Amino acid sequence: MKTINYMKKVLLILSLSPLLAFASQDIHLDKAPVDVSNHESLQRGARTFVNYCLNCHSANYMRYNRLMEIGLTEKQIKDNLLLAGGKVGDTMTVAINKKDAMKWFGATPPDLSVEVRARGADWVYTYMRGFYRDNTRSTGWNNTVFDKVGMPHVLYELQGEQELNHETHQLELIKPGRLSVEEYDTLIGDLTNFMAYMAEPAKQQRNQLGWFVLLFLGVLLVLAYKLKKAYWKDIH
Amino acid sequence: MNYFTKLIGWVDERFPLTSNVKAHLTEYYAPKNFNFWYFFGSLALLVLVLQIITGIFLTMHYKPSAELAFASVEYIMRDVPWGWLIRYMHSTGASLFFVVVYLHMFRGLLYGSYRNPRELIWLFGVGIFLALMGEAFFGYLLPWGQMSYWGAQVITNLFATVPFIGPDIAEWLRGDYLISDATLNRFFAFHVIALPLVILGLVAAHIIALHEVGSNNPDGVEIKKLKDKKTGIPLDGIPFHPYYSVKDLVGVVVFLMVFAAIIFFAPDMGGYFLEANNFVPANPLVTPAHIAPTWYFTPYYSILRAVPPIGISQFPGVAAMGLSVMAFALLPWLDRSPVKSIRYKGNLYKAWLAAFVISFFILGYLGTIPADTYGQFGAWLGKADIATVIARICSVVYFAFFVLMPWYTKKDKTKPVPERVTG
Amino acid sequence: MSDKQNDQYQAGSQTGASCQPSQSPQVNLEKRNFLIATSAVGAIGCAVVAVPFVKSMTPSERAKAAGAPVEIDISKLPAGEMMTAEWRGQPVWIIHRTDEQVAKLANHGTQLSDPNLEVPQQPDYCKNKERAIKPKYAVMLGVCTHLGCSPGQNFVATADWDGGFICACHGSKFDLSGRVFKGSPAPTNLVIPPHKYLTETTLLIGEDGEVA
Repeated sequence: MKTINYMKKVLLILSLSPLLAFASQDIHLDKAPVDVSNHESLQRGARTFVNYCLNCHSANYMRYNRLMEIGLTEKQIKDNLLLAGGKVGDTMTVAINKKDAMKWFGATPPDLSVEVRARGADWVYTYMRGFYRDNTRSTGWNNTVFDKVGMPHVLYELQGEQELNHETHQLELIKPGRLSVEEYDTLIGDLTNFMAYMAEPAKQQRNQLGWFVLLFLGVLLVLAYKLKKAYWKDIH
Repeated sequence: MNYFTKLIGWVDERFPLTSNVKAHLTEYYAPKNFNFWYFFGSLALLVLVLQIITGIFLTMHYKPSAELAFASVEYIMRDVPWGWLIRYMHSTGASLFFVVVYLHMFRGLLYGSYRNPRELIWLFGVGIFLALMGEAFFGYLLPWGQMSYWGAQVITNLFATVPFIGPDIAEWLRGDYLISDATLNRFFAFHVIALPLVILGLVAAHIIALHEVGSNNPDGVEIKKLKDKKTGIPLDGIPFHPYYSVKDLVGVVVFLMVFAAIIFFAPDMGGYFLEANNFVPANPLVTPAHIAPTWYFTPYYSILRAVPPIGISQFPGVAAMGLSVMAFALLPWLDRSPVKSIRYKGNLYKAWLAAFVISFFILGYLGTIPADTYGQFGAWLGKADIATVIARICSVVYFAFFVLMPWYTKKDKTKPVPERVTG
Repeated sequence: MSDKQNDQYQAGSQTGASCQPSQSPQVNLEKRNFLIATSAVGAIGCAVVAVPFVKSMTPSERAKAAGAPVEIDISKLPAGEMMTAEWRGQPVWIIHRTDEQVAKLANHGTQLSDPNLEVPQQPDYCKNKERAIKPKYAVMLGVCTHLGCSPGQNFVATADWDGGFICACHGSKFDLSGRVFKGSPAPTNLVIPPHKYLTETTLLIGEDGEVA
């Protein structure tokens, strides 16, 4: 019995402690403003993604020229997004060496093509806004939704520096960045929106096509039902 | 027209075309009182065909290698024209296959379709169900995501619990010391050729046996007992074609609407059809926080977790899980009721069937969540996990439904069965 | 078939039908013996042919080569931390325990499922207090003995927890020697793979001192 009591206490402590990875599931996530039909937001998000994320993270399954779907021209893609040269038909690869990355961050930066499908848009949105200063970490950063994260806060110049108030469990801005809180939230919102689009580019087409398919099947249903009735008239 | 008749005549001299069409369609007499539950046989056949067709097209682009599998699935989802549609049809079809088959099996439980003389039809059906579970399990590894990988790891380790030869069997199945490229490659072979052949053979046997003895119906009355004296056609029988072919067509269209709604608007189905963790490539060194099998396996998985190990052996749980599936095969010999259909069975059977179905659903749900989700009981129950205790109760009900069936079906107060089918 | 044989077959089957096979014993015996012999030899042939097919599914030479022993340098592993190596594709943990952590291990006795290491989850040379060749360094497979998941690291000690591992799959808990706590679904302690020290700070995983 004593052991079980002990175990229960351990469980209790573990589930309350924000320091433990598996407790992160219960952490509150902010709702991400995802709207993949908003091309302007997607374009802004794409630019942020290419400028900041694509230095370490790849999106190996996403082709640059697919961005024509969100209203960019081939020339715009070439001039604004293909920073290191290459063809518009290439995928969003990254030149970082995996072994170096392992040394610098303790983990290889994951490919982000389907990150939103794996973690959810809300997670990405909250994560990118949840970095705070933590001197116990070798990078100097920690995160509210990803404890002991290996990635440093890449956008801290824009967001500024936050600190975690250990009593209220709220983040507090201790050093403002180049952007206001609202501007930064919009930037991350657009980035998340783009990553949601990138995770499943066919989604919009899928949703639109769905209505036509259902309409067609509805017509077919009426016909099939009438056909059945016509044959079954004489069965009683 | 004349040429067509001649052509048919030419074929008939060389192949029994017309006689087969007659035997299985135009002169196969099915009871005229089929209801809603009788749609699911033809729907299961439809899903089988859909899975084979979409599967063939997926193999044109998929690469069964640990290095390339995950990327090739994303390649299908993005770069292959309409690849996303074919992939979603296949992944949604897998889940709906089980929905349809479970409903088809439940129909059998409702109307006693497994009873004499249909025992073999039922046994072939159980065989199809087992092969289908294998097919789904092997197929689930192919996307090579985290859930694929760890799901396969957990299941192959179940084999390792068999006393003495277990570890060797598990290693033989995997072809490596852990799930690896070799495992993926052979699971691909099982998934695309070995099991589909088995399933097709069993489906053929299932239908041939059905057409030999004739279909059961919601009244459980044998329509062959009362035949028209002149024609020899059962009085309550109607030819499958055109009557049931046009009726099933309505069922097919309704099914396709559900199918399309899922494919186009919710292919993930809230994580039940496609799990979020499976969008992370397989990594042997990192286990996902919570591993659950896909929803159609969770009732059995719950039973596995509910049975405590004996000493250090996990085998009892694994054996119980195996038995929970195999128990269906014994139904024809467990049911001692004088009537087939639930319409004429008494409240005792109805209560047991309801308890079984409820347990099945609760077990299914519990299999999707971690055991400590609902906390623990107090000291009076040894602080056991609440979810585990509920799973144990439901497992007992599940097995009691089968084990006690000879007793309660005999004791049950049945109603008189009519001579002929009722409307 | 010649006509004569055909006749014999007819005769044989007729006598068989009347349940008196002894009426033409010579013919029947000949058929039966060769039927048995042919079937038996055929069955042996099938069984022999099945062997290569069954064997083809066992681990290949490539898989076996990947399972060869691995050498690990532990000189840079700080006290209180662990590193993960890969052997046979499985994670092997090397934990550099502090003196305090080693001391605390002795307190777990009554809370463990198998404090006396009765189940052979370790080589004999690790069947000791610390489950290790050198008390400071614990070596074990990071694979949960329940259903093969990889338990997570929880080294932060609290009043009720001396640091150890918790499996995310079904909540099994292990101490820093890989010993499982009572009440966990995992039935046994974590496996210690065969290993030996090549030098003071170099480990070889996958091979015993005895074998070399």
